[in-house]
Amino acid sequence: MKHQGKRPEFKKPKKGTFGRVIKTLFQCYPVLVPVAVFCILFSAVAAVVPDFIIQKVIAVIEEYSKTGDWAGAYPKIIEYIVFIAILYAVALAVTVAHSQLMAYITQGFLSKLRIKMFKGMQVLPIRYFDTHKHGDIMSHYTNDIDTLRQLVSQSLPSLIRAGSVVIGVLFAMLYYSLWMTLVVIFGVILMMLVSKKAGGGSAKYFIRQQKSMGKAEGYIQEMMNGQKVIKVFNHEIECIDEFEKINEELCEDSRKAHSYANVLGPIIGNIGNILYVIMAVAGGLFIATGAKNISISGFAFSLSIVVPFLNMTKQFTGNVNQLSQQINSIVMGCAGADRIFSLMDEKEEEDDGYVTLVNAEIDEGGNVIETEKHTGKWAWKHPHGDGTVTYTPLKGDVEINDVTFGYVEDKVVLHNISVYAKPGQKVAFVGATGAGKTTITNLINRFYDVEDGKIRYDGINIQKIKKSDLRRSLGIVLQDTNLFSGTVMENIRYGNLDATDEECINAAILAGADDFITRLPKGYETELSNNGSNLSQGQRQLISIARAAVADPPVMILDEATSSIDTRTEAIVQRGMDRLMKGRTVFVIAHRLSTVKNSDVIMVMENGRIIERGDHNSLIEEKGKYHQLYTGAFELQ
Amino acid sequence: MIKKLFGAVGKYKFQTILTLIFMTGEAVIETLIPFITANLVNKVARGALIDEILKTGGFLAIAACISLAFGGMAAFTAAKASSGFAKNLRGMLFRKVQSYSFHNIDKFSSSSLVTRMTTDVANVQMSFMMIIRTAVRSPLMLIFSVIMAYVMGGALATAFVVVIPILGVGLYLVSRKAMPAFRRVFKKYDKLNESIEENVQAMRVVKGFSREKYENDKFEKAAEDIRDDFTKAERIVAINTPLMQFCMNFNWIVILLIGSKMAILHIGGVDVGQISAMLTYGMQILMSLMMLSMIYVMITMSAESAKRIFEVLEEVPSLEEPKEPVFEVKDGSIEFNNVNFKYSKEAKRNSLSDVNLKIESGMTVGVIGGTGSGKSSLVQLIPRLYDVTEGEIKVGGIDVRNYDIKTLRDSVSMVLQKNLLFSGTIKENLRWGNENATDEEIEKACRLAQAEEFIKTFPDRYDTKIEQGGTNVSGGQKQRLCIARALLKSPKILILDDSTSAVDTKTDSLIRNGFKEFIPETTKIIIAQRVASVMEADLIIVMENGKIDNIGTHQELLQSSEIYREVYEEQTQGGDKDETSR
Repeated sequence: MKHQGKRPEFKKPKKGTFGRVIKTLFQCYPVLVPVAVFCILFSAVAAVVPDFIIQKVIAVIEEYSKTGDWAGAYPKIIEYIVFIAILYAVALAVTVAHSQLMAYITQGFLSKLRIKMFKGMQVLPIRYFDTHKHGDIMSHYTNDIDTLRQLVSQSLPSLIRAGSVVIGVLFAMLYYSLWMTLVVIFGVILMMLVSKKAGGGSAKYFIRQQKSMGKAEGYIQEMMNGQKVIKVFNHEIECIDEFEKINEELCEDSRKAHSYANVLGPIIGNIGNILYVIMAVAGGLFIATGAKNISISGFAFSLSIVVPFLNMTKQFTGNVNQLSQQINSIVMGCAGADRIFSLMDEKEEEDDGYVTLVNAEIDEGGNVIETEKHTGKWAWKHPHGDGTVTYTPLKGDVEINDVTFGYVEDKVVLHNISVYAKPGQKVAFVGATGAGKTTITNLINRFYDVEDGKIRYDGINIQKIKKSDLRRSLGIVLQDTNLFSGTVMENIRYGNLDATDEECINAAILAGADDFITRLPKGYETELSNNGSNLSQGQRQLISIARAAVADPPVMILDEATSSIDTRTEAIVQRGMDRLMKGRTVFVIAHRLSTVKNSDVIMVMENGRIIERGDHNSLIEEKGKYHQLYTGAFELQ
Repeated sequence: MIKKLFGAVGKYKFQTILTLIFMTGEAVIETLIPFITANLVNKVARGALIDEILKTGGFLAIAACISLAFGGMAAFTAAKASSGFAKNLRGMLFRKVQSYSFHNIDKFSSSSLVTRMTTDVANVQMSFMMIIRTAVRSPLMLIFSVIMAYVMGGALATAFVVVIPILGVGLYLVSRKAMPAFRRVFKKYDKLNESIEENVQAMRVVKGFSREKYENDKFEKAAEDIRDDFTKAERIVAINTPLMQFCMNFNWIVILLIGSKMAILHIGGVDVGQISAMLTYGMQILMSLMMLSMIYVMITMSAESAKRIFEVLEEVPSLEEPKEPVFEVKDGSIEFNNVNFKYSKEAKRNSLSDVNLKIESGMTVGVIGGTGSGKSSLVQLIPRLYDVTEGEIKVGGIDVRNYDIKTLRDSVSMVLQKNLLFSGTIKENLRWGNENATDEEIEKACRLAQAEEFIKTFPDRYDTKIEQGGTNVSGGQKQRLCIARALLKSPKILILDDSTSAVDTKTDSLIRNGFKEFIPETTKIIIAQRVASVMEADLIIVMENGKIDNIGTHQELLQSSEIYREVYEEQTQGGDKDETSR
């Protein structure tokens, strides 16, 4: 299945990605983001300051407990507690504000990103979709957005909060004592080394787990798709045996990855505990030996330094712990952001066309006049360098002149192709897969641009025509019918958004689809889902023909439009198509020769070259490749 | 359901129980640590001698080491148990699907089975690990902390009595309210992603009709709709943080206020160290509650996944093995007696009705008819891929339901319409037909299926790697390999369900001639779109709307069957292909 691509591989994110995430975030909410950051910072401060005041309360208790003088201590204690309560109240308000704000910002940001990504994707050239797996593109919208959500809604706030506390506490510690601060920092460095080691190990195994997960998924996918074949060949046991092997590997990698990840918490937490012991002992030693203190405050070592210090140690290690826990998700989030940005940075489809398609009226003198209203007649509006504008009526004359093309350099798939299609003519391409038939149509509607040679539409080089207008003048019906979720009516109207219900129904009648649509439970209002899976292949094809019919283009491209329908159904579809083709220039690609027999010209293609051309009778007389094909002596692949 | 899923723990029960024990140990020590810490603070605060500080510090260090040991070991056992649990679960699912009948397979789409075996199992694995690591630890921590708080602080601990219920109820309410909101959002989210996928797949249509702007508008509306719902849900959850903060702060103020009075007036032996220990316990208690609410949310979230896994495990394979199976298929004769068939009980219309048919061993039978006429249904009943709804089918004179299924399917070889090659070499793929096939047998089968010629043009010949889905061989080549694979079974009955549609008519007739010459004993049933593929058969069955419209030879049918004549004329008109293809 095409849409189930491999899981994206975990790569180290580029430098600067994190900065770009922040920048994009700020751009989305230039006012709210700073407000939220301020609130987070404030709440961090309001959470730390009371700790220091609590120490003061404790000092008061110490002092007065000797005398048991509650009346003397009461005013002081109450004063502190009221202060703490006020701080808490403010902090609470601020926390409410920032947690609600972050919920709003995160979702708004993701939504904007999603929309930006989607809009960016619409203007990418077809080449992008041909060269990227659909599953990979999809994972930008699912996996990558999810990791980014984690990053913005959880990691960033923790980072700001814990980071600011760490810095604040660091200053407070320096205020009391340099020596003791150094001891703490030494301990924290140790913590970080350990967590880096364990974290690195976990990252390594998570990547491995991801890989064996991909392998297992690939195997499961293949077997689930082939389940019926397995049954027919009694091959169940062999498949299970093979799966057990892959499953065992996955289990082993998963075990290792989670072991490392699990062990991180206890290690860091307990290093924090041990550091606490070291601080207590060091503090006691400093006091006992009367060592000289260096500090901003200039205090000498005493209990009033050591006791708050112990508390600060807890704060410090606790927050460093929080920071280290965020690192993994930040790295993951950045990797996701990287992939999202790379999709957004993808070069969009270039369009320097300036010839546009306009509604036209033709006056008695045969002159073309541009008009606003829908006249059913169209003309190419061609502005020139000197400021004059000429109009060419839209006729559907296509001329392919000596075109050479390759999708990748050095691999030419079309060699010197020349095809002339006069308005109303039916031109067919026949040949094996890879002969270059579809490539020609890709060039006509400029999904890809020709390298060498020219394609002219009504005498205008298509490079000069605005792509959207060029494509509007071409209708395509492809082998893989893609319908959209929505009603049948909406799907037909996709061809022309301004079409009335009546016009859509008329198009369906023309395509021969009306008959079965009216027999659906809700007629034209029947909801289609899952690419119209509730319809048969032939019915889907008929809707897609009606869709092309309502667009009413002068030129049609039918690319293997009937190849996956059985011959009896094809006859019905064929009748619809014949009506649709009347009076239009049509390019038909088919490998069933019955479809192309009545064409004005048939081009037989092989390896990117046209090897035979002519109408059915002349080609049969030629007794060449076409004759072989027609008589079944040669197999099309 | 939970019980069945927990059955997947299997031999990892030991690790699971160990984890629980270790986590209990860790919880006990973790609750002791604040107690020792308080002691240490007291000692330092009182200016105790370095020896005393070292002694208490030593205790703390030892406690930390024990906690580390417990936590560390639990980390490993939990990882092992949960990975093993996931492995077993995946294995159970995979084996279960292998036991499915076609009927069961039709029920689940293959992509949904893949999701169930990967994403859903991963979700349940995470929950399992979370449960064995924290679901025991958190309540224990909660209980121990409350006990310790009472032991140490006595009356001071009463503050918790007020706060715990408030927080508990608050967290519960938030989770209760958030959950359905999230479930709704996720459903919409899935829909949104589906529509993106639709857009990606239909990009040629979008661009062909220049509908980029229309698609953008449609998407923008949907994305903004989701944003609003998502924000609502997230904002409910965002109440947790301030709620928690409020309880903690309230707790601290009460403890400080009462504690300081008790300490100064020396009531109940409260001292400074106890006050700070109480503050720590308060924090631990609230943290445990918070963790519990997180677990609650996580478990309910993964309950969806568990349900989806369960659905697969619960599905009962619809084919019943006979009690006294027959292990030998005598010959390739086939008999349909008053067969009615529909794919599901709920289906209103029969896919096959009133089918009566007698095929003698060694005959070549062609089946022809439009899509949905019942051709595939007809032949799928022979190797018992589905069971008849009414009537009976006999192979070799015995009802197919009396055969051992493996025996039956080994004797009735079928090339499915939607056929597949698997990743691996050509030889490996062919050996699916017969594991012990010699190289000569493989070559012989390939010669018969007209595959030898093109295999020889590959540089690696029979060892050529086939990519997943067989994308590196052409449609016609793939079909011929599939036929060769089916031939290697040396079946009594060979069924080709539209298996030569991509093969040119010349090769097609070579294959049929080969069958006639080299496997004359085998009954051959050939479903085809091309009249040319069946016209030489001993018997041609024309299907229409699930019924046999007509049976006869080519000449007979040209006279008697309008449908047959119509198809024949349509395919041969204006051309002289029959003559030249021979």
